[in-house]
Amino acid sequence: MELKPGSRWRSAVCEAEFVVVRPAKTPVSLECGGQSVIPHAEARDPSAAPSADHAAGSAAGKRYSDADTGLEVLCSKAGAGSLSVDGRAIGAQEAKKLPSSD
Amino acid sequence: MHTALLLDMIADAAPDRLALGRRAEGLTFSETRRRAHHAAAWLEQLGGTNVAFVGLNGPALPVAVFAAGMLARPFAPLNYRLPDADLRKLLARTAPSTAVVDDDMVARLGQVDGVTIVSRSAFEAACKVHGDCDAQFLDVDHDIAVLLFTSGTTGEPKAAILRHRNLTSYVISTVEFLGSEEGEAALVSVPPYHIAGISAVLTGVYSGRRIVHLDAFTPEGWVRAAVEEGITHAMVVPTMLGRILDVLETTGESLPEMRAISYGGGRMPLPVIERALNLLPHVDFANAYGLTETSSTISILGPDDHRMAIYADDEAGRRRLGSVGKPLPSLEVEIRDPDGNVVGPNQPGEIYVRGEQVSGEYAGKKVIDDEGWFATNDGGFIDEEGYLFVEGRLDDVIVRGGENMSPGEIEDVLREHPGVADVAVLGAPDDQWGETVAAVIVPQGEAPSTDELAQWVKARLRSTKVPEVWAFRDALPYNDTGKLLRRQLKAEMAKDRAPA
Repeated sequence: MELKPGSRWRSAVCEAEFVVVRPAKTPVSLECGGQSVIPHAEARDPSAAPSADHAAGSAAGKRYSDADTGLEVLCSKAGAGSLSVDGRAIGAQEAKKLPSSD
Repeated sequence: MHTALLLDMIADAAPDRLALGRRAEGLTFSETRRRAHHAAAWLEQLGGTNVAFVGLNGPALPVAVFAAGMLARPFAPLNYRLPDADLRKLLARTAPSTAVVDDDMVARLGQVDGVTIVSRSAFEAACKVHGDCDAQFLDVDHDIAVLLFTSGTTGEPKAAILRHRNLTSYVISTVEFLGSEEGEAALVSVPPYHIAGISAVLTGVYSGRRIVHLDAFTPEGWVRAAVEEGITHAMVVPTMLGRILDVLETTGESLPEMRAISYGGGRMPLPVIERALNLLPHVDFANAYGLTETSSTISILGPDDHRMAIYADDEAGRRRLGSVGKPLPSLEVEIRDPDGNVVGPNQPGEIYVRGEQVSGEYAGKKVIDDEGWFATNDGGFIDEEGYLFVEGRLDDVIVRGGENMSPGEIEDVLREHPGVADVAVLGAPDDQWGETVAAVIVPQGEAPSTDELAQWVKARLRSTKVPEVWAFRDALPYNDTGKLLRRQLKAEMAKDRAPA
């Protein structure tokens, strides 16, 4: 999978959807719920479910990043599966609440 | 990342939320996306490589911004307040283009080579077509999203280039996706051709907050719209805020639903913001500093900073109410001396900024250095706790016998005199000192004597900062976004002083 900035992906095993904000320095696999994510335009198998190890959930509006590879994605739709990169779970960035300025 | 993707994401996540316009006839996010698709398909047939926009604020603006984004065509909103000849000249620079023009402005433009002019009503009709639109859109990251023409007070207006990645980087690093609660609404009264007018569209959409446009600013109209539409957020320029407060004081309106007001685009007089904090204690105020070339805000003085500053009992704390707060965590800011060396706390110099949202680019000219730093041409300093103070354009600095003085500091002091309604300080040519300090005063009631004003400044600042040339006027020249037209004032002063 080519995780280009701005490319959109969906979880193969839950409702979650993602947008790549920053690419990884080296090619990686992005998984949600333990399964590789699929392009946004493709439909998922509705019977699939996240594996128990990767079911901490993804929250809409949260940004998830992998310090090892620099990959950063934004969750645009919430789901039951959680993210991993090459099998390693990745966490949400601390939200920095800024006052509205526009 | 692409600006049109911001709309796409929110339309998927909150399709039925109101996105644009007044409650009665508002458009939802999914309808906004549908219209942007239709608009893009229509504009594509009309051709050109750019989309120009000549018109007032309204729902057609965001639709056109996103439609142009979907086509990967630069969007160029033009200043319709310019004289006809200047407006036509700017429009010609967008060729080959399609221009969406307010119906009552079409006649001002006539024929412009390489520009297809379409009326706003035709554009709106094309957006409203029923049914789905299967047009395919380009997804190009590094294309130009917006062209904004600078006001051009020093010659031909420059076209500042903002790329999709500059704008989306600004949006996603400062705003939480779908971070607004249902029912929040932002009142936008800055014009479409101002960077704040563009960034308001993008951040409003991304946060899921309804945008209500005021097509032309009047303080009464602003207050009325705020009340009728249950406005929770607004951005204003300093001159607007002062006039809004006058209306609130006269009518007793307290804007109970308002949660946050941000201001920027010029120096905020301390008496005005102090009055605002007292009149609207439930409102969070934020002072945002940014430039066109930086995709809007780069530094914010937040609500808590405002409250801390107004209640501070030390000078450094109180002074911060006049600062622009701290730089955004997603970028870097440095102060450098004229030799390019970074200076320490409280040392004045030029403000430099680096970050993904910074374009620092004009048509045909990149002005960012090899390390990615952009020189803002604004003078300023950073205090010991990291608060950034902006002293104004470096071009406006008065150099009196080798001493640099920023007009803002002297203006602030004079503005606090009860007999001064408004003031501008500038450099006047002087045989002995090169330049000397001149003050143009708009009196409040009976004009105070120049001796009294000189004493007032002397008691608060160094004596070299006391103006030696004084003039009194009924009003000062401002542009429509609240910026004092110093060069115009300087030229008028020089003419007045010239021997007959």
